[in-house]
Amino acid sequence: MREHDTFPKLARANAQRMPDRVAIREKDYGIWQSTTWGDYLAHGRAIALGLASLGLRRGDKVAIVGDNRPELYWAVLATQALGGVPVPLYQDSIEKEMEYIIDHAEARFAIVEDQEQVDKLLALRGRCPRLETIVYDDARGMRAYSETCLLSLAELQEAGRKFEIGHPTYFDDEIAKGRGGDIAIICYTSGTTGTPKGAMLSHANLIVTARNAAEAEGLGADEEILSYLPMAWIGDHVFSYAQAILVGFAINCPESAATVLHDLREIGPTYFFAPPRIWETLLTNVMVRIEDCAWPKRRLVRFFLDVAQELERARLSGRTPSAWRRLLYPLGRVLVYGPLRDNLGMRRVRRAYTAGEAIGPEIFVFFRGLGINVKQLYGMTEASVFVTIQRDGDVRLDSVGTPIKDVALKISPEGEVLYKSPGVFQGYFKNEAATQQVMLADGWMRTGDAGFLDPAGHLKIIDRAKDVSRLGDGTLFAPKYVENKLKFSPYVKEAVCVGQDRPYVTALVNIDLTAVGNWAERRSIAYTSYTDLSQKPEVYELIEREVERVNRSLLEDDVLKGAQIRKFLILHKELDPDDEEITRTRKVRRGYIAQKYAALIEALYGNRDRAQVEAKVTYEDGRTGMVRADVRICDVGAARAAR
Amino acid sequence: MSRPPAGPLLEVDAVSVRFGALLALSGVSLSIERGEILAIIGPNGAGKTTLLNVISGFYHPYEGRIRFEDRDRTHLSPPDVAALGVARTFQNVALFKGMSVLDNLMTGRLLKMGGHFLLDAIWWGPAKRQELANRAIVERIIDFLEIQSIRKTPAGKLPYGLQKRVELGRALAAEPKLLLLDEPMAGMNVEEKEDMSRFILDVNGEFGTTIALIEHDMGVVMDISDRVVVLDYGRKIADGPPEQVRKDAAVLDAYLGASHD
Repeated sequence: MREHDTFPKLARANAQRMPDRVAIREKDYGIWQSTTWGDYLAHGRAIALGLASLGLRRGDKVAIVGDNRPELYWAVLATQALGGVPVPLYQDSIEKEMEYIIDHAEARFAIVEDQEQVDKLLALRGRCPRLETIVYDDARGMRAYSETCLLSLAELQEAGRKFEIGHPTYFDDEIAKGRGGDIAIICYTSGTTGTPKGAMLSHANLIVTARNAAEAEGLGADEEILSYLPMAWIGDHVFSYAQAILVGFAINCPESAATVLHDLREIGPTYFFAPPRIWETLLTNVMVRIEDCAWPKRRLVRFFLDVAQELERARLSGRTPSAWRRLLYPLGRVLVYGPLRDNLGMRRVRRAYTAGEAIGPEIFVFFRGLGINVKQLYGMTEASVFVTIQRDGDVRLDSVGTPIKDVALKISPEGEVLYKSPGVFQGYFKNEAATQQVMLADGWMRTGDAGFLDPAGHLKIIDRAKDVSRLGDGTLFAPKYVENKLKFSPYVKEAVCVGQDRPYVTALVNIDLTAVGNWAERRSIAYTSYTDLSQKPEVYELIEREVERVNRSLLEDDVLKGAQIRKFLILHKELDPDDEEITRTRKVRRGYIAQKYAALIEALYGNRDRAQVEAKVTYEDGRTGMVRADVRICDVGAARAAR
Repeated sequence: MSRPPAGPLLEVDAVSVRFGALLALSGVSLSIERGEILAIIGPNGAGKTTLLNVISGFYHPYEGRIRFEDRDRTHLSPPDVAALGVARTFQNVALFKGMSVLDNLMTGRLLKMGGHFLLDAIWWGPAKRQELANRAIVERIIDFLEIQSIRKTPAGKLPYGLQKRVELGRALAAEPKLLLLDEPMAGMNVEEKEDMSRFILDVNGEFGTTIALIEHDMGVVMDISDRVVVLDYGRKIADGPPEQVRKDAAVLDAYLGASHD
C-alpha cells in the first residue's frame, strides 16, 4: 500500500488505469461537459508545475476559494502533488473572515474562481503580506485589472508547461516525496463561538477513513454524486475528492448555485449527501407543489404519502406494518412514490445521508417512505468525517448508527461521547491549546456532544454536552432531548423542562392552539380563549398522555430513564418573542423563563395542585398588561395511580 | 480586439423629426464612437426615445442624415438596420411572454439564420449544424448574464428585473456592433441596477460592443458612461464627458427647471 499513500499517487494511478473514464462533469453552457481521469492528472500537473515555477515549496499553504468547479479540484490535487497544503475557504465568506484565515494559514498563493473572489483578496492583500499571487479561473470582468500579483489559471498552466521542459521529472519526483503522514488539507471549522480553527488532516487520516466508510457502504466505481456543498466543508472534500479518487467514481458540478435542484434531477446521483436543511427544502417544495394540484390528485397523493409514512414509522420502530398498508404500497409506488422520486432526482439513489444536526423525524420518515435510502451519519472535521453510520437494514429514528471499522466509542463519566479513530486529525494549525482541549492524554477525542450507546451498540446523541445537566441525585438530564420528544406531539407547541439540581424533572408546556382547538371542537369542548382552553381538564388529560408517551420512550434509554417528567403544567399563554421568552428563531430562553415563572416552577416542586401566576404580556402594538391566571399542576404518576 | 480606426460608428447629422406640428427633434447632431458607452439624458419629452427610434429605423427623419460605418443609411427600415448590426431593448419590456427564456434568446439569432424551411422541419444537415451553432452562442450569453436557472422558464413568469436582463440577452444574441438600450434600469431596485450596470460594462469590455443608452438615474449615468449627450425640447444642449456635463449651466437649467421663456 506504500506506493498509494497520498491522493496524488492515487489520482495518478487512476489516470494510468482508466485514463478515458469520466472523473468530473460540469454543466457549462447548458451541457454536461466531461473530463476524464487522464485530464484530471494532466491539468493537475500543469497547475502544479505552474505553482512550482512561482516557487511553491513543500509545506506552503494555498487558499482555494470558489464554487465547486473542476478547476478547483485540480488545484487541490496540484497543491498536494508538490507537498503543499490546500486551504479551502467558504466562497461566501466576507472579506474579514477571509482575511483571518488567509493570514492565520500563512497562505502564499490563492487559487480562486472569479472576479468576485479576486476583489475580496485584493482588498485584504495589504493586511496579509504573505499572500503573493492570486490565480483566477474565470477571466470575465478581469480585463481592467493591472495588479502584478494576478494571474489567470490558463497563464499559470502555460507557465507550468514551460517549466516542465526544463524539469521533465519534477512533478513525479515531488509526488514520490509525499508520505501518508503529510498534511493533506487544512479545513477551517466555522465555529459558532470564537475564531475559526484550522483542522489539519493527513493523507493517511483521510485515506483510511474514506476507505473504511466506502467499504462499509459498498461504494463502487459506478457511483455518481453531485458536488454542490461548499468545498471548504470537510464533507465535500471527503465525498467529492477523497472518496472519488479512492473509489474512482465520477463527481458532477452543478451549473450554478441556483440550478442545483434541476441539475440533481439531470444527474440522478446514486450517492447523495445533504444536511437536514436541504432535506427540509426538498420536502417543502414537494408540499407546495402538492397544494397547487387539483383536488383529486392532491387527495390521491396525500393518501399514498400517509400510507408510506405509516409503513415506514412501523418499520423504523420494529413493529410489523398492517397488511392493508403493505398491500397498498406497491400501488403507491407506481402512482406516487416512483414519479416523485424521479422528480426529485432521487430515482437512482442507493444511499443518501443526513448529518450535521438532528433531522426532524417527519422529514426523515417522509423520504424513507418514498423508498429513498436516507440514513443518518455522525461525524466531524476532526475525525475525517466518519464516526458512525446507520447500516442498511438497521436504520432507526433516534440513533446515528454504529461505529465504522477501526473506530472505538466510549462515553465519558460526564456523559460526553469520546472516540478513537485512524481518522483523528493532526491538531489545529498553530493552536496547541485548542488541540489539547479536544484531544485527551490517553488518545481519546472529545466530541462536545452528550450521548450514549444503546445495548445494540447504536450511538444516540442527546445534545451538546454543555447543555446537559444533572438532577439533584446526579441523574443525567438533557432538557432539549426531552423537550424535543414532547414537541414531536402535534398538540405541544413549546416545552421547557426544568430539573437541574432538583429532585425530579418537570415541564412547562405550551399547547398548539390550532391542533388542540381542532381537537376540542371535534369533541364538542367549548372554550373561550387560549387561557381557558389551556386549563380544561380534558386538555390536561390529552397532554398527560403525551407526557406519558415521552416517559415511556425515555424508559427505553438506560442512561436517561431517570429523567422522566414527574409533574407538568400547561402555561396559560403562548411563549412569545415579544415577551422575550423565546428568540425570534424560536429557541427557548431558559434563564429568562426560570426567572419569570419562578413562582410556577417552585409550585411544581411543592405539594399544591394549583398555582397563581401573574405575568406581564406585551401586545403587538408594544403596550403591556398583566395577565393573572390560575394554573393547574398535574402530577403524572399520582394521576395515573388515582385512575 | 482589433477595432478599425476609421471614424465614428454612427453619425447623426442635423436630424429633425416632426409629428404633425410637433417638432420632436430639431437639428440634432451627434456621433457615437466605436467602443464607447454613450448616455443620452434629458427631461421627459426631450426626444430621447425618438432619437433611438430614428437610429434603429422606426422613424425616418424629416431632414438630416444618418451615417453608419461611413455609409449613408438614413432611410433604412428596422429589419435592415438590425441586419447592419444594431440591436435594441425597449422601455417597456417587449418579450414573447409565453416562450421560454431560451426561445426568446434564440429569436435574437433569427437574422443570422438562413436555410430552408424543409431542412429546418426535418432538422437535418445544414439546418441542424446552424441550430447548434446558434444555440452555442445563446448559451454563452446565458452564462454571461447568469440566467442558467431560468433557461426553461416562460419569460412572462419572471420578475421585471430578470425580464429586462433577458431582453438585453436577446439583443446581445444578434451580436450587434451597436447596442441601443432604452431605460435599461427603469423600475429596478438598487441591487438590480448594480447588476445591470455591471452587465453593461462587461458587455462593453468583453465583447467590445458600442452602447448607447437612455437612462434617468444620474448616479448610474455618471458611473458607467464615457460620454453624455443631453437633449432638451428636441435640441442637443450638451455633449461631453460626465464630469463636464454635470457642471454645464444649460443642463442644470433644464434639470432644475429654470425659465425657458
